[in-house]
Amino acid sequence: MEAFFFDIVLLLDSSIRLVGPLILAALAGLFAERSGVVDISLEGKMLGAAFAAAAAAAVTGSAWVGLGAGILTSIALALLHGFVSITHRGEQIVSGMAINIVVAGLAPVLANSWFHLNGQTPLLDESQRFTSITLPGVEVMSNVPVVGTLYVEVISGHNLLTYVAIALVPLSAWVLYKTRFGLRLRAVGENPSAVDTAGISVIWLRYQAMIVAGVLCGVAGTSLSTALGAGFIRDMSAGKGFLALAAMIFGRWMPVPTLLACLLFAFSDALQGRLQGVELPVVGVISVQFIMMLPYVVTVIALAGFVGHIRPPAASGKPFVRSR
Amino acid sequence: MNVALEARHLTKRFGDVVANSGVNMRVERGTVHGLVGENGAGKSTLMNMVFGLYQPDDGEILLDGKTVHFSGPQEAIDMGLGMVHQHFKLVEPFTVLENVILGIEDAPLLGDAVSKARTKLEALEKSYGLEVNMDTPVEDLSVGERQRVEILKALYREAQILILDEPTGVLTPQETESLFEIIAKLRDEGKTILLITHKLGEIMAITNNVSVMRGGKVVAERVTSETSADELAELMVGRAVTKEVGKTVVKASEAILVVDGLCANDDTMHKALKGVSFAVRSGEILGIAGVSGNGQSELVEVITGMRAATAGEVFFDGVLTASSDDFLKADALRALGLGHVAEDRLKFGMVSDMSAAENSILGHQKDARYHKHGLLNPRLITEHCDDLMQKYDVRPPLSQLPVGGFSGGNQQKLAIGREVENNPKLLIVGQPTRGVDIGAIAFIHDRLVALRNAGCAILLVSSELEELMALADRLIVMCDGVVSGEGLPAKLSEKDIGLMMAGHKTPEHSGNVGGRVS
Amino acid sequence: MSSVATDNLPKWVNFGLIPFLNLATAFIVSGLVIWSLGEDPFLAMSLLLEGAFGYGEAVSYTFYYATHFIFTGLAVSIAFRAGLFNIGGEGQAIMGGVGILLAVTIGADLPSFVLIPLAILGGAVFGGAWAAIPAYLQAKRGSHIVITTIMFNFIAASILSYLLVGPLKREGAQSPESADIPDAAKLDPLSDFFGGLGFPEGPANSSLLIALVCVFLYWLFINRTHYGFGIRIVGLNPSAARFAGISSTKVIMISMILAGAMAGLMGLNEVLGVQHRLITNFTAGFGFVGIAVAFMGRNHPVGIVLAALLFGAIYQGGAELAFEMPSVTRDLVIMIQGLVILLAGALEHIYRSPLEKIFEKFNKPSKGEG
Repeated sequence: MEAFFFDIVLLLDSSIRLVGPLILAALAGLFAERSGVVDISLEGKMLGAAFAAAAAAAVTGSAWVGLGAGILTSIALALLHGFVSITHRGEQIVSGMAINIVVAGLAPVLANSWFHLNGQTPLLDESQRFTSITLPGVEVMSNVPVVGTLYVEVISGHNLLTYVAIALVPLSAWVLYKTRFGLRLRAVGENPSAVDTAGISVIWLRYQAMIVAGVLCGVAGTSLSTALGAGFIRDMSAGKGFLALAAMIFGRWMPVPTLLACLLFAFSDALQGRLQGVELPVVGVISVQFIMMLPYVVTVIALAGFVGHIRPPAASGKPFVRSR
Repeated sequence: MNVALEARHLTKRFGDVVANSGVNMRVERGTVHGLVGENGAGKSTLMNMVFGLYQPDDGEILLDGKTVHFSGPQEAIDMGLGMVHQHFKLVEPFTVLENVILGIEDAPLLGDAVSKARTKLEALEKSYGLEVNMDTPVEDLSVGERQRVEILKALYREAQILILDEPTGVLTPQETESLFEIIAKLRDEGKTILLITHKLGEIMAITNNVSVMRGGKVVAERVTSETSADELAELMVGRAVTKEVGKTVVKASEAILVVDGLCANDDTMHKALKGVSFAVRSGEILGIAGVSGNGQSELVEVITGMRAATAGEVFFDGVLTASSDDFLKADALRALGLGHVAEDRLKFGMVSDMSAAENSILGHQKDARYHKHGLLNPRLITEHCDDLMQKYDVRPPLSQLPVGGFSGGNQQKLAIGREVENNPKLLIVGQPTRGVDIGAIAFIHDRLVALRNAGCAILLVSSELEELMALADRLIVMCDGVVSGEGLPAKLSEKDIGLMMAGHKTPEHSGNVGGRVS
Repeated sequence: MSSVATDNLPKWVNFGLIPFLNLATAFIVSGLVIWSLGEDPFLAMSLLLEGAFGYGEAVSYTFYYATHFIFTGLAVSIAFRAGLFNIGGEGQAIMGGVGILLAVTIGADLPSFVLIPLAILGGAVFGGAWAAIPAYLQAKRGSHIVITTIMFNFIAASILSYLLVGPLKREGAQSPESADIPDAAKLDPLSDFFGGLGFPEGPANSSLLIALVCVFLYWLFINRTHYGFGIRIVGLNPSAARFAGISSTKVIMISMILAGAMAGLMGLNEVLGVQHRLITNFTAGFGFVGIAVAFMGRNHPVGIVLAALLFGAIYQGGAELAFEMPSVTRDLVIMIQGLVILLAGALEHIYRSPLEKIFEKFNKPSKGEG
């Protein structure tokens, strides 16, 4: 029983660790889509930010410079997506996929040319990364059974970006529902001509959403390469952008439910890490390849599990044209 | 004369199309000014320029005698203009209050702004009799209520000049009446109202002055009390208008379509049809009247094999074609002799990026007539299309041109031709003349009557009461998913129909919906 | 998602000039990247061309890659005609490869003329089945097909590596790979057929001919059958499909299964034509190249073949370029691909609108009036 509890604690701990980039990307997708722009380039933005952050941190020795570089790169990619989708009214899904592919190609080319490490960036040491933070009160809490253990092992000891990510969930909800910006953002994703005739610029509003999405994906990517990992590796986003998109849909475009969906996916990811090589009752040891599929399979099931209608923002994916 | 708004020589082009050419108009303060014209006469373009949505290519706009240049609607709103668009600009999931404050929230945080707005809005609702619950999401409001929200939006922004674009198209006659009361009240308060419409009765009823547009120009200005509906109609069309349909007497016969207790849901899974029963016989035109959105579209979709029924049955030519278990799809129904001209041409009836030829077999794509050796044959399809284009006077007669390149009237002629040439036993027609120019309207009406005279049954759904009164042999009215009344057009007054459209059952309506004319 | 738009431009502009401008832009951006890396972009360009066409084997490699891309380009294109964005070509190709291997293993004793059709069937069925699941989920459950097909790529890759270290593993092999296929299943190199015409020796093999047959069948199916008509209607206007009695569920299933089958056949080239066994990661991102090929080829059969050839040349030339110019890796080719998708697929109006204006001046189309 003791061992089982400890297993659960470890699983929860790694779920929290893994949920950071996922929820950041999912919130990015949420802001974009609430404004009416479908964004499947979360993956590419994260990967680009991961590379830029790792490269900048390696060169300057500062994780914070890395964060800045990651965010700027991601914003640039977000503005490109905005340029295609908002200004040029191009196919948003195609644009998103194209950005994913461009980044998947460009990042290793640059990495190879700058660092000659076969498409990777140099390994970052502790001082160049966002490392784990011990929350206050850990010493006191460590003597408390269960709750104390949970606090010490699960809540405390994550990197700064993870805490930022989780704090951004209530903040996003507040922005969406309690501020003027949020009201207008939700309006433009539902009926852009209502916003247009109210004298607000649809285009600028949507670009603002792109920038928000860029910042969020920038933090997400930075956390991949400078917090969870210690450097950039080819294709290190590994479909997380798409998992985040699925979490956003599963969370019905609302911040808190999206966090719950992200936790589900992160938990399945943590579980797959934990189950590798473990002897299970009845089935025995499952092949590592099957275990590795787990997060992807969970995602497909979650998306397929909807009963009835899901209702995305009414104008999402539709370019705005003033009708005659 | 105190001029609130003046347009001088306004011109607007879209590519090669001149939508407005040298338009002049003067609107007096504290009056209701009508603007009439056919579809495509340039009314909406003119109003969009006045409201800052478009910038004129030439000419100027004057408010209170001063030239103004609006680079966007915000500036127009700031100068005291308000507009209620034909298609409401409301955010459906938002509450009334949220919709009203959108764009003038005053502060970055909503909290305070909302409570301030609530007080102001309450006062407005009271003083103009525009009652509507502020905390209801707009998606739960009726059309009439939504329109009030739009008017409230404009008043909340302290509009002095209010533009109403085709405000009555979606209202019952009674709702229209109450709108006119509101308009009168606004005028008495000193506001200026610009009423855009194509219904001459409304112009005569409520306006002080009227401008008539045709072909992108204002062709006449009149004081309403000094003109007549007939004169305005002539000015609108540019020639004398005659209305006559050559109906012959067709012997009564068996019902070809029987609809019995039909129920169905709409796209959002709400109940749209709640037990509809009626029948159509060969050689008659049965008209369905009603404010759009009361189940007519869903009814047509179930009958034509595009939507599942949740209860009840549909029999076509003696065959059970739809029940809650299963239904025949549109292509199978066409093979049985059911034609369908969709109410929304470019949404349903046509694929605008495809050629006229390919569109001419839409719905008949499995028909052996267009196949050779089991494959679709482009030559056979083109011949068929050329034939249709000639018979139905589709211009230009280019079968390879994408359908989007034809005018609305020509698209509609092609759509009707496609169905009629298949010799249907029953033709279901939705809004046959929406977005169609006058010349094509007459052609289309003639065709429908000829088809009826030849013994075909026609189910005609229209939101134009005039059209129904002229064509239909018998009329049923729908409201809120049920048949709320029926009768003979000649024996029904507009008021009767209006009451039925609002859901008040008339005494004549005695459950006699089996298709036998009393 | 709208599908191929018809417009007022002459065919040579639509299928020639615009793709050329898109490609040229992609190359200019790539040239800037190369230049920023401190290399000479013009030298890089000539190395790329040299690498793609400079000698016999290079040409054969170009055709070998082109064969892949015809299959995966068709896989994207068929789905796109129905308004679906199939980015699962990668996973469908993996499963197709498995199907091909199983077919030739089961039928090992059969003669070539039975075995190879059996392999084609195996690849098509496995690829098609793998695409059928996301299709079903899209049609019946509304699951976003872009997300599910991407997930299915990851899942397929895991299944392949499981099979290659487990049930299908070659005995005693160090790396994850299957046993060799029977000789009867091997596809002949193209030089055996066309050597007399000067076709060089190399990896290009008769699967190219199968690919070309598929292109013809694609054209026939899309343009000359009522199923294809239905697919185009659903892609251009799903509501009109309902009006015409075309079941969009059926269309989604048919088009995705055919798409998966096309991607699945990619394994013919790799498994039966070159490797003669199944290896891990044999799809190497070729499924994604199909997206660029479909857009660049404007979903037109001939366009797809030409775009596939072009990307074949870029892939082969890119490999040589990476070899000659160490600071430029093959990943550059992936970036070019992405840029082509961006320009040809999402930003097409950048060139289209100005060109349309130019051509309108020369050739005023008459609009219908009255």
